[in-house]
Amino acid sequence: MEHIRTPKVENVRLLDRSSGQRKASVGTLYLSATHAIFVENNPETRKETWVLHSMVSSVERPPTTSSGGQLILRCKDFQIFQIFIPQERDCLDVHASLARLSRPGVCACKYSELYCLSFNPNVNKEEREESWNFIDLAADYKRMGVPNNLWVATAANSEYRVCDTYPSELFVPKSATPAIIVGSSRFRSRGRFPALSYFHQDTLAAVCRCSQPLSGFSGRCQEDEMMLQALMKSNPGSDYIYVVDTRPKLNAMANRAAGKGYENEDHYTNIKLQFIGIENIHVMRSSQQKIVDVGEMRSPSVTDFLWGLENSGWLKHIKAILDAGVFVARAVADEGVSVLVHCSDGWDRTAQACSVASILLDPYYRTIRGLMVLIQRDWVSFGHKFSHRYAHLDRDPKEVSPVIDQFLECVWQLSEQFPCAFEFNERFLIAIHAHVYSCQYGTFLGNSQKERRDMRLHERTHSVWPQLWKDRGKYTNPLYKAEQSQSQGVLRPNTSPYCFKPTIEPSLPELSLYSYML
Amino acid sequence: MEFAEHIKTANVEDVVLRQPLQPPSRGTLCITGHHLLFSDREESDSRQVLLLLRNIDAIEKSVENLTGYSGFFSNASHSERMSGSSGTITMKCKDLRVLQLDIPGMEQCLNIAHSIETLSCLDCVSAMYPFFYRPVDLSLPEQWGLSSPEMHYSQMKELYEKWRLSTVNRDYSVCPSYPPAVIVPKSIDDDTLKKAAKFRQGGRFPVLCYYHKKNGMVIMRSSQPLLGANRKRCKEDELLLQAVIEGSDKGYIIDTRSMQQAQQARMTGGGFESKSFYDRWKRFHRQMERGKALQESLIKLVEACGDESNNMDRWLSKLENSKWLSHVQNALSTAGLLVECVERDGHSVLVHGSEGTDCSLLISTLAQLIMDPCCRTMEGFLGLLEREWIQARHPFQQRCAHSAYSHARLQQESPVFLLLLDCVWQLWRQFPLALGFSEALLLRLATEVYASDYGTFLCNSDQERCALEVKERTHCLFRALLRPTERDYYSNPLYERTELAIWPSVHPQSLQLWKGYFLRWTQQVRHLEEAQEEIRNMVIEWGKLARS
Repeated sequence: MEHIRTPKVENVRLLDRSSGQRKASVGTLYLSATHAIFVENNPETRKETWVLHSMVSSVERPPTTSSGGQLILRCKDFQIFQIFIPQERDCLDVHASLARLSRPGVCACKYSELYCLSFNPNVNKEEREESWNFIDLAADYKRMGVPNNLWVATAANSEYRVCDTYPSELFVPKSATPAIIVGSSRFRSRGRFPALSYFHQDTLAAVCRCSQPLSGFSGRCQEDEMMLQALMKSNPGSDYIYVVDTRPKLNAMANRAAGKGYENEDHYTNIKLQFIGIENIHVMRSSQQKIVDVGEMRSPSVTDFLWGLENSGWLKHIKAILDAGVFVARAVADEGVSVLVHCSDGWDRTAQACSVASILLDPYYRTIRGLMVLIQRDWVSFGHKFSHRYAHLDRDPKEVSPVIDQFLECVWQLSEQFPCAFEFNERFLIAIHAHVYSCQYGTFLGNSQKERRDMRLHERTHSVWPQLWKDRGKYTNPLYKAEQSQSQGVLRPNTSPYCFKPTIEPSLPELSLYSYML
Repeated sequence: MEFAEHIKTANVEDVVLRQPLQPPSRGTLCITGHHLLFSDREESDSRQVLLLLRNIDAIEKSVENLTGYSGFFSNASHSERMSGSSGTITMKCKDLRVLQLDIPGMEQCLNIAHSIETLSCLDCVSAMYPFFYRPVDLSLPEQWGLSSPEMHYSQMKELYEKWRLSTVNRDYSVCPSYPPAVIVPKSIDDDTLKKAAKFRQGGRFPVLCYYHKKNGMVIMRSSQPLLGANRKRCKEDELLLQAVIEGSDKGYIIDTRSMQQAQQARMTGGGFESKSFYDRWKRFHRQMERGKALQESLIKLVEACGDESNNMDRWLSKLENSKWLSHVQNALSTAGLLVECVERDGHSVLVHGSEGTDCSLLISTLAQLIMDPCCRTMEGFLGLLEREWIQARHPFQQRCAHSAYSHARLQQESPVFLLLLDCVWQLWRQFPLALGFSEALLLRLATEVYASDYGTFLCNSDQERCALEVKERTHCLFRALLRPTERDYYSNPLYERTELAIWPSVHPQSLQLWKGYFLRWTQQVRHLEEAQEEIRNMVIEWGKLARS
């Protein structure tokens, strides 16, 4: 490998700071094309620590001390490793290699350096192709009872002609003609016209999603108005729909100046507009940084900790997302009213709100397979920009934001509140989180279905879902019982602030050993 | 004591009771000397609610006169004028439950409210319910309590060589707050003890509270030495402590006050063991909150939990501002320090603050739970509470007269025991397999300490209990909890004994709000209880499978 100058360094000391380890262990550090591997010298344990290059978010080199150089590796799953290297020369080499290897595509913005393209588990071609069919979205729509006499499949977006960030197969109201779809898509940011996310058989109400309308201060579009009318008509039980704009109202209004904005209630008959107030990706990015800093404080007092937690705003944002999901779920289940959800582009906050709503509405999504289906539908297939948000390639840092992290934390908060309602445990969420960042599988690569097709990822990489399914024994919550009352029907969480566990990121382990004499 | 004089209206029909987690129900309300009894009118599944008046911390009443007369202060109490009126009584209980009664008739409402107000805070101990509680399935015990200092000593053969049981306090004359028998170094005679007692506040001279079998080190407990401004010393006290660390190079003293507080205490006659007279003892100062500050912390936390503004920032800042979790952290880490001295460092420790009846008990109890597996079974834990809190005298009567809702002016109230239970809950959460009892036991104790059918938490000391014949005339809670039926309910299905010390993490993110207690009456806690129930059922199922 061209980037590795020193593949092996001996007498290195490693401190796993996130596990609360207090004393560094001595061993040998190896650099491979894909991992940094540390093997303990202790002949009894020979413990190995593997750190995938693509999981490393930063490599810091504090000033050299008398005992040699040191590196601090911060990982995307919040692990922190401190590495002490006796020779400064070696330290510089390792630093240079890790810095380069952890930022694939730094020069050419190319995907070819990503781990999934070299990752080759021991399976044959058929198995690999089969792995991509493991999650079948059409089957899930069928499970919800779609298509039916209200909702039909449309071929409008085949070959991604109408919207290149949408999947090619979509469901729309029966009365939405191709002309309406195309017209509506021209009036929506990035062409993301209203399409079905989830259909609730019990009430015949639906959760739909789109991007913001290009309304500006006075713009209108007849097809778009007809589209929303069609949504309303596809629910025989109600004579209006909710349009949920998940942004703070102020942000939505500001967008009007740029020719975008939100639906004018005068132009659309029978809609009720609702703002939720989830902040944008930039706010979330800085909030996460703040909460990670809180987690890194050495011996904080309870006051420092709670103050830091409040100041980060993290739990406030999590609560806003859950509140959005609760609003949608209540409208659909209790009022029997369909909901159209959007934000700006309709791929971040919209994905969060729709998927939380589905979790609340349908027990299926609280199973191991169900959560996979849900993530595949609302995130992967509807064009959540995984490569940008999770910095798979070294590109614009302003595009990075912990959007799916927040969704996973919402699910975790729900599972803390309803310990018997979820088939999976915390480890499953952590595993998904790790794979979103690791690039070991092709599932979460790229920013849309079209990009994945153009990269021929199905031929060149593997899908993560069958692997997770194979390991499901590890991920099963023993308290889950499908027939129990807590597991059934619509989940009605309490989103009072005291119901949120002020635990920092589920994957940060608690520190267990502590010297009280300090 | 005649209760009847406080009861003008004993029965009211057509009352609506609203309580958390249940739909309102309509029925009959009765008030007796010790209870409120509500029974609803549903013939099919009639429900009754029996509430100890002692449990009521505060009441609020509002009356409405529908006929338009606003003056219920006017002397004319014509019943026809009252006919259209009604009133509402909100009762805030010491177990944090809030109940509401809608009572037809203003006069009846005011009578009931008056009875509750008076009867819920009677001061006379011998008129309290434990003296009247006579359940059919329990007879008054031969032996009250689980053990006695004598029995405890006789079971600890390891002690015989160096320690003896002294009955110097047999008539409570040396120390009114100690039990009649205490364990002291063998080489110290009773005369020395009497003199040492004069040098300690309230006569609480250093006594043994825990013997660590692994290395023979001990935890001693006392009150502060009475140095005063002119730095008095007491040879006998020095001898007594010297005898404790005989054969070892040093001992530690953990003072639960800050250095500054300890120095200030000299101005009022107290103080701390100075280096020059106790040269083989090393002192740590760990400031622990007590008294009023702790009570106010509880009040703020309960208030925060009831805040319905639904605003995350506000909740976090109120939680922080209450400081309750800081007190939890402080107690656990001071207990951790104590265990570190005894278990890791291998030295004996003396613990005291000023009176030695609050924080000292708190940390010595936690330390024993952390290092001694025998204290982690249900019997072991209740025995520990009996030794450290009942026999060694925590003034329950004063500390637990009121809880978080009371409008009464605070006197001696302080939720030290509740803080202990919270800390034990944190241990239980961090070590789900290590304790033999469940959260339910902690919740039960948290309720009983404020209002109880049993005599266990009555009075402020052993002496008072003897004077009132508590041990002869009331039932013992701890014994009742160990009956087979109750024991099953309160045991931890996942319990697996470990010989190791269970070192708690005191990192803020490891400490959590004790939802089971502070949010006890919310729907959310029901889901968590269901999960506990599920665990219990699964363990029973596994047990059956393993046997078959």
